[in-house]
Parts: sequence; structure tokens; C-alpha cells
Amino acid sequence: MTTQLFGQSIARKEDRRLLTGRGRFVDDLAHDAWEVAVVRSPHAHARVRDIDVLAALDVDDLVAIYTFEDLPDRMRQPLPLLIPHPALTAPRTQFVLANGEVNHVGEAVVLVVARTRYAAEDAVDRIRVDYEVMDPVVGVEVAAAADRVVHDEIPDNVAAHLVQEIGDPRAAIEAAPHRLSFRLDIERSASTPLETRGVLARWDADEGHLRLYSSTQAPTSVRAAVATILELDFQKVECIAPDVGGGFGVKIMHPWPEEVLVPWAATVLGHDVSYTEDRREHFVAANHEREQVQHLDVGFDDDGRILGIDFTFLHDHGAYIPYGLIVPIITSTQFLGPYAITDYRVEFTSLYTNTVPVTPYRGAGRPQGCFAMERLMDKVAAELDLDRVAVRRANLIQPDQFPYEFGLTFQDGRPYTYDSGDFPGSMDTLVDLVGWDDFPARQAAAREEGRLLGIGLATYVEGTGVGPYEGGHVLVEPTGRVQVATGLSSQGQGHETVFAQIVADILGVAIDDVEVVVGDSSRMQYAVGTFASRAAVMSGNAIAKAAHRVRERALELASAALEVDPADLEFVDGQVRVAGSPDTALALKMLATLSNPLRYAFDADAAAATQFAGPSDETRPPVADGVAPGLEGTDFYSPIRSTFANGMHAVVVEVDPDTSDVTILDYAVVHDCGRLINPAIVAGQVHGGVGQGVGGALYERMAYDEHGQLLNASFMDFLMPYMTEVPDGIRIDHLETPSPLNPLGIKGAGEAGVIPSAAVFAAAIEDAVGVPVDAMPISPSDLHHLRLAADRPDPT
Amino acid sequence: MKPPPFRYVAPRTVDEAVTALADAGVGGKVLAGGQSLVPLLNMRLVAPSTIVDINGVAGLDAIEVDDDAVVVGATVRHRELERHPSAVDALPVLRQALVLVAHPVIRNRGTVVGSLVHADPAAELPAVLALVGGSVTLVGPDGRREVTAPACFRSAMEFDLRPGELAVAATFPRLPVTTGTAFLELARRHGDYAMAGVCVAVDTSGPVDGGDRDHATVTGARAVFIGVSDTPTPIDLGPHLVGQSTTSLDTDAAVEAARSGLAPTTDIHATADYRRHLAGVLLARALVAAAPTSVATVAA
Repeated sequence: MTTQLFGQSIARKEDRRLLTGRGRFVDDLAHDAWEVAVVRSPHAHARVRDIDVLAALDVDDLVAIYTFEDLPDRMRQPLPLLIPHPALTAPRTQFVLANGEVNHVGEAVVLVVARTRYAAEDAVDRIRVDYEVMDPVVGVEVAAAADRVVHDEIPDNVAAHLVQEIGDPRAAIEAAPHRLSFRLDIERSASTPLETRGVLARWDADEGHLRLYSSTQAPTSVRAAVATILELDFQKVECIAPDVGGGFGVKIMHPWPEEVLVPWAATVLGHDVSYTEDRREHFVAANHEREQVQHLDVGFDDDGRILGIDFTFLHDHGAYIPYGLIVPIITSTQFLGPYAITDYRVEFTSLYTNTVPVTPYRGAGRPQGCFAMERLMDKVAAELDLDRVAVRRANLIQPDQFPYEFGLTFQDGRPYTYDSGDFPGSMDTLVDLVGWDDFPARQAAAREEGRLLGIGLATYVEGTGVGPYEGGHVLVEPTGRVQVATGLSSQGQGHETVFAQIVADILGVAIDDVEVVVGDSSRMQYAVGTFASRAAVMSGNAIAKAAHRVRERALELASAALEVDPADLEFVDGQVRVAGSPDTALALKMLATLSNPLRYAFDADAAAATQFAGPSDETRPPVADGVAPGLEGTDFYSPIRSTFANGMHAVVVEVDPDTSDVTILDYAVVHDCGRLINPAIVAGQVHGGVGQGVGGALYERMAYDEHGQLLNASFMDFLMPYMTEVPDGIRIDHLETPSPLNPLGIKGAGEAGVIPSAAVFAAAIEDAVGVPVDAMPISPSDLHHLRLAADRPDPT
Repeated sequence: MKPPPFRYVAPRTVDEAVTALADAGVGGKVLAGGQSLVPLLNMRLVAPSTIVDINGVAGLDAIEVDDDAVVVGATVRHRELERHPSAVDALPVLRQALVLVAHPVIRNRGTVVGSLVHADPAAELPAVLALVGGSVTLVGPDGRREVTAPACFRSAMEFDLRPGELAVAATFPRLPVTTGTAFLELARRHGDYAMAGVCVAVDTSGPVDGGDRDHATVTGARAVFIGVSDTPTPIDLGPHLVGQSTTSLDTDAAVEAARSGLAPTTDIHATADYRRHLAGVLLARALVAAAPTSVATVAA
């Protein structure tokens, strides 16, 4: 008997491969490809006066050296602006190799191709670039002051300025019984996936065909970008994302300079060429995220009900802005969280600095927005001497208010409208899970022993499943195996498992008989990509629709062959059979064979589909009009707008009173992403997100000095948390409020765990030490000085 | 992150290794555990002309424990010493320090002697060698010589090692059973180089009558800090602690004296002021941790 797989925590299909070293990553496929290395700028801001490659020419195994001047015209254009926006009035994107100027440490200047990476690096060492060093712009406030500029023709360093407003926030704040104004700071971090960027190009000169492998979250879009820039027909370019060792957002950026240079070099040199970024390069050549300076004005009543908010922030997008305004737009909207805010103004300025560009990193602007809103809630509670939960409850959107329309525009260009949720229910669950109401007694008892305990909570709503669309293709092989393809790629999320669960249920087959292929443009050329917690929602629903097409076709075939009403048929154990009469059945694999009328038989099963196998209706063609041979189906899912997941986290920390070191005692999560396809995979996503969030809150920062040098471009000094820093036993409770927007009722879960971290840790540390925590991340040294400053009277 | 070209030599004897190093001159570099050298090579921060791999050299892999000292050969891994029962029994501070060295995977490869001659001011083992007044045996073209801690740690990342010399062993003298030790540090993440750390030795009179710890008194004390000064220099804390009972130590004066002698610097992980403060906090805790241990040890 086939049991329902949707909703079950079945083991991940991909894990055997990935955990036993049988994953296939780009570098595994490179074999004898020639390898590239890149001369990168050591300066944050400089003009390139001269490039002298002479000393590199006698490096053994050197193949070629390319500078900007060596590139064909079509390669001498700035890289694409991926997401234009009307407010983006001064967009700048980089060139594949520096065109006379470099704008951040790590920018690509010269491309070297050699037989080995060793030789390529030897050549890089010998190439001399003469730079005229210019003053760098480092820090978003330095950029705003505009005493110096990044791009000569942009005197204010401003790429974009955007205001969204609902209600009459200024009037509401002025009329409010209470007001607060404050500033918050959040620093840079980055995705830092285990596998760095990588690209491999195989050029078939005979066929004029380019096969590209890239460690990317958007293979079909990489294919389009490369085909466009190299002036090749799309059908002559294929892009595959094989196993990808983590993405976390940085690999949605494309095309990277190397993603264009490597295939171009392969076509010019007539040889496989590959690039595997090293870790040091990744820190300075792959994008960052998070840095903002925020100012908030808020008006509220005696119960803590928020009457109006004016939120202004400066967003540091680095040297270029290829991904447009997605990150600050998400901050602007997702700031509102689960709260019914009616009078709200948000204004951001997105500024150039001489640092690595900023594009989405897991959370993509939401952690910053969550930090602002949740710090605001805590400050309102402190001002009124009210419980922090009570203030939040006073502002929550109620279950009967969905769909809840704010009147703002979200990152997909659609209305910012929440589809479903039960925020008060989530809050009640979290309060129980973490023991919120009992905590004051626990805190007081600890204080008696000289121990400093604190608790914090934070809430978020996450727009997931962003359009425009994804596709699914489902095909039943004559062997009975079911082949499933979708175009977006996987970075370890478990897509192969959850998509197989969906298909296995619809077609009544064993999950082991379902094989899922993702990220191969030759299997599904129409696709968008993996980002914004969208894979399950978008591809999951598209694959479900495609599987239903297969099911319909199988019903037609079986009902004709068995001469029964389709309504009497069921899909069980790889068969289509008559309900209540299990012996009257046809195997799905036989239906696959019968679906494709054959001239030639290769085995006994196939013989059943040949022309003399039995009586046929001589008045009709073997393949009817409007029907395609084969038992397969393709379909697409395109949502009207995003679906909104939500969650609430709480953490209990202990601060060492002498060293200011922070220890995590408890971590609790209430999470609602609609119907769960595989609860264990969702829990894993939450665990991973919390771990990454701990990094962002307590450890990770991109330490740029005033010269624009990144001081911690290694895993020794960029403090990604180890297992020892991530809390044990994260407690998770799932609510399941289905989305009304898609047939499966699901919402995305990929980014959820990381969103509230800065907010929840700031709150807990503040509660432990009694000193406001308004800048994150925070180190023991930072906290020590914060506490000292609070103890000392203001010297002025 | 691929190293530049270098010559690779894998000698089988100490003499061969010394000859290879002497031939290479200042361009020679010893590969033992490789936990510092290999990353430096891959990042092209060092470019030696010759790598002398001593892992195949006979006779360098022994741990010897006698009544006077623990002697550790040049290819002994951190993990081997950490798990060597008689060595860590003879000198508990070895284990107290070794468990703080990076992570088990690094300790599985990294060598004790390699860590000493690398002379990183944030490393634990140089501090232990300085605390116990140990030495390192060097063999060079001109023969064998012994250099003693702390003088052998000349400055940050600079050991008293001449071109052509190979460090073949380290000698950690044992402490009296009435001396207690502790090693405390605080790192940003488990296993990172510490923002500050300290190892201490507290000499006591031992229990005067039948193991009653209340009667133990401090007869001497010293501390060596890591991460807050260029070299592991012992600080004599005796004047601030001698005569005190081990169970009610007043460490304030010792902490104040020690802090004033430190010269920490600010970096991206912590300010100099924080490091100085932290060093004092850790010293106070380490002194308390070290003192009762000695009494308990003796009582047992």
C-alpha cells in the first residue's frame, strides 16, 4: 500500500551521495581543463596606469594573459544591470576586467590562463600593474558626506533614493502621547558558502556548442547572460549547475566576470577552461551584504500601540549595484513584520562605497528590517515599562484580517499583502516554548548568584515564493522510473527529496523510483532561479501540476485499455488499478509504453505498442490530434504575488559579568511556513539559519579599514561560527497555516532561521546587562566597552 | 592559494636534515605538522626555496618521561602528548594547555616542537615552556645546543634558531607536586587563538597536617600570558601572594601588578584595553583554579 509521503520526515535522497563523497561539484568535472587565475586590485580605489606582463611570459605552462584591451568589443561593455528600477537613477556595474579604474580591493584586472592553477598563480605574481591610488570611500556615512566620490560622474555617491509612505506618519507621530527617536547600526557579513564560486566551460568547435558548468543558483539565467554577451544562440549554450556546495544568496548574482571570461577563453583557446575561486578571493571578489545605518522615529500610545513610524536608512551597496534595489526594498517592507502598522514612511538612500558590492545574502535585507522593528518594540516596552510580549501583542495583525494589505510595493513589484498567518497563536506558542512568563524569576535567582541572564524575542514575516514562475517536467520511463526536472538549482536544500515526495504521491509510485534533476538547462530551459525561499513554492507547485498532467494522461490510457470509467481508477504501487478490484490493473510502465505507438520493438513490453500487436481503431491516427507521444507532462506555476511565511524566535543568554562573553542557554523557534512537505528538512533549514544567524549576531563582520582593505579575508579572522558556537537543542514548534495562493498550500522556509538573529540577541544581551544594544554584531570586547561607557557618567 | 615552486627534501636522519637545511641557508624551512607552514605557503606569505620534510626522520617521534622532565621529540603531535598518560600526569599543565590548542583535527597533525619554534605570541605551548623553565634542543652544522625559555623566544614569531638548525626536542622540567597549575584563555570561538590567556603556577607549602587544605599556604607564584605581549615572559607574583592561604586567595594586588606589565594591542577582535582587562580576570580565576588543585593533589 502506498502511504502519503507529503508531510513525512523521510530521509533525504541526496544525502548518500553527498555524505559519501560522491557529489559532483564543478571542480570535480574540470579534469584536464586549463585553469585561470585573476590579478585582483590590491587597492580600494585607483586608476590603472599600466600593466606589464613581460615577466610572466616565461612561466612554464602559461597559456594566455588577457587585459581589458585584449577583449573583443562585446566583452568591453559593463556587465548587465540585472534588476532595473525607476528609482535607480545612477546605476553602475563593473566590467569583466578593469577598464582603467578599480573600485574595490579584489576587482578583476587581468585574466591568466595556464595549464595548472599553480602556474597561473605564478604568472599572477609576476604581472606588474601600475596604479594611481585615489582616496577611497569606506563606510556608508562617509559616502553620504560625499567629500570624496567612488564614480567621478556621481558626485553624491547616490545610486538610488526611494520613499514609500502609507497613511500620515508625520502627523501620527506628532500627535502621539509618546515618541522615541534612535539610531541603529548593522555591519557587513557574507554568505561564505563552503564551495566557493566555480565555472567550467567546454567548447565544441565542431558543433559551435558551449557547455557551461557553474556553481550558481540561476543556471538558466547564466546561460542567457553568457549567450547574449558571447553572441551565441541560446540553443547553442547549455548551462548546468551540478551539486553546489552552498549558495546562501551570493550565487544568485550572475554573471560574474569569471562566468563570462572563462567560456570566452574556452572558445578562443579551443580547450576546456575552468575557474575555481579560492577562499581568499571569495572574501574580496564575491559579494557581501547587511551594512546599514538606520534612524527611526516612532509615536505610540500608553499601551504600546504603534501610531506612526518614520524609518530612514542609508544602505551601503558597495562599488557597483548589479542586483538593483532588492535588498533595501525588502528591508523597507519586511520591516513591518507581523504588525498592523497603518502610518508608515520609509526612505532609503543606496550609496556607493569602495568595497565589495552588496547583493542578497540569506535573509536579503530582512534581518536589517527585523532588527529595526524589534529593537523599536523593545524600546517602546522599556519606555512604558511594559512587558515586551504585551507590546507586541498590542500590535499584531489578527487572524481575521487576512489578506492584510499594507498599501506598499514589494520586491516582486506586486502589492505587499500578507496571505495568511496566525500571529497571536505563534506568539502564545513561543511564550510557552521558551518559558517567557517564568523567566523573571529565573533571572532574579541567577542574579543572586552573580550570574547575568537575559531573554529576548523577535518576530518576522518573510515574503517567499517570489515569481515570476518556475516549471516542472515529469516523465514516466518505459521502465517505470519517473524522471522529474525543474530548472532552478540546488545548493543542498533537499530539493531532490521534497520534489520526489510530491510526485510519488500524485503518481502512486515509490520514492526510490522518482529521480529529480535540477539546474540543467537542457532538461528545463525555462526557469528563474533559487532565491527568496522560492524553490519549494515555485518548483514544488509546478512539478505537482506537471505530475497531475501525467496522471490525467495515464487515466485516459488506462481507462481505454481496461475499458473502465477513469473515476473508478486509483494510483497505487506503481499501478493504475480499479478501486476495489486490484487485479484489474495496468502498470504505469506499461502505460508509458502504450503512450508511445511504436514501429520497432526492443523488448517484450515494447512489442505491445507495435502496429500488429492487437486490434486498433482504424478510423483514427495512432497519435490523436492534441496529444503527444509519451507519458509525460510539463507545466508552470506563476503566482499572483508572494506568499508570506512567519516566525518568532526567543533566546536566553548568559553574559559573563567580568569578561562580557555571551553564552547561549536556550533557543526556541516557532515557525509557520504553511503545509510542511518534509518537517525534518524544514527543521534543518531552521537549524542552519539559526547557526548562520548566531554568526551574524555574535561573530561575523567584514572588517574594512579606512583604506578599504579587508582585514579579515580568511576563515581564521572572519569568525564563522563552528558547531561549538551554535546552540544545542534548538527547540522548534511548527504552526501550519496553509497559503491560499498555491495548490499545495506551502510557503518558503529557506531563509527563516537567519532573519531575527541580530534582533533577538541584541534583546537578550540588553536584558542581561541592562544597557541598550543598538549595534550588531557584538563581540565581548564591544560589550565590555558598552557596559563601561554606561557605568561612566558622560564626560561632557 | 597554491604555493610557489619549491624544492622538497625528505631526509631519513637528523644529519641529512641538517645538511639539507644548511645547503638551503635562509631559504630552508622545516615541514613537520604543517599546520602553520602550509597555510602560509598556500597564501604565498612565505616562499622558501627548500622544504625539508622531517616526518620521515628516525628517532624524532618519542615522548620520554623521567623524574626530572618530559622530553618531546620534534615530530610528536599535540594529540599524542595530550593523550600520553605519564607525560600529562608528570606535568598536568601540558594537558591543561594542549586541550586549548586549536581543534582536535589540527592537534592530530600539528607538532609540539613546531609550535614552540613558530613562536606565535598567542600560542599556548611557548607559555608552558616559559612557565616551567624548559628548553629546546637544536642541532645544526656546528653541533648541538640547548636554548632555554623564555630567552629563546626572541620576539613575536622569532625563535632563537639559526639557518641550518633543526629543533629536535623540547624538554619540559617537572614541577614539584606541591605546585599547582592552571591554563585559562578566552577565544572568540572554541579553538581560535585567544584574545588573552594565562598559565600560572602556584607553589604551596602543601597541607601541614594530614591533608587539611585550610592550612596550605602560598610560597611562590608566577604567570605567563599569551596574546597580550610579544613573548611569553614569566611574571613573578610571589610578592603579592606568598603567605596567603590557598583557599582564600586575594588576587587583587597580583592582578593589578600583572596588568600594568602587559602591552596588548588592538585588533579586529578586541581592543587593547579589553585584552588587558580580560588578562587580569583570567589571572584571578587561574590562580584560584591552580591553588586548590595543588592541595588536593598532595592530599590525595
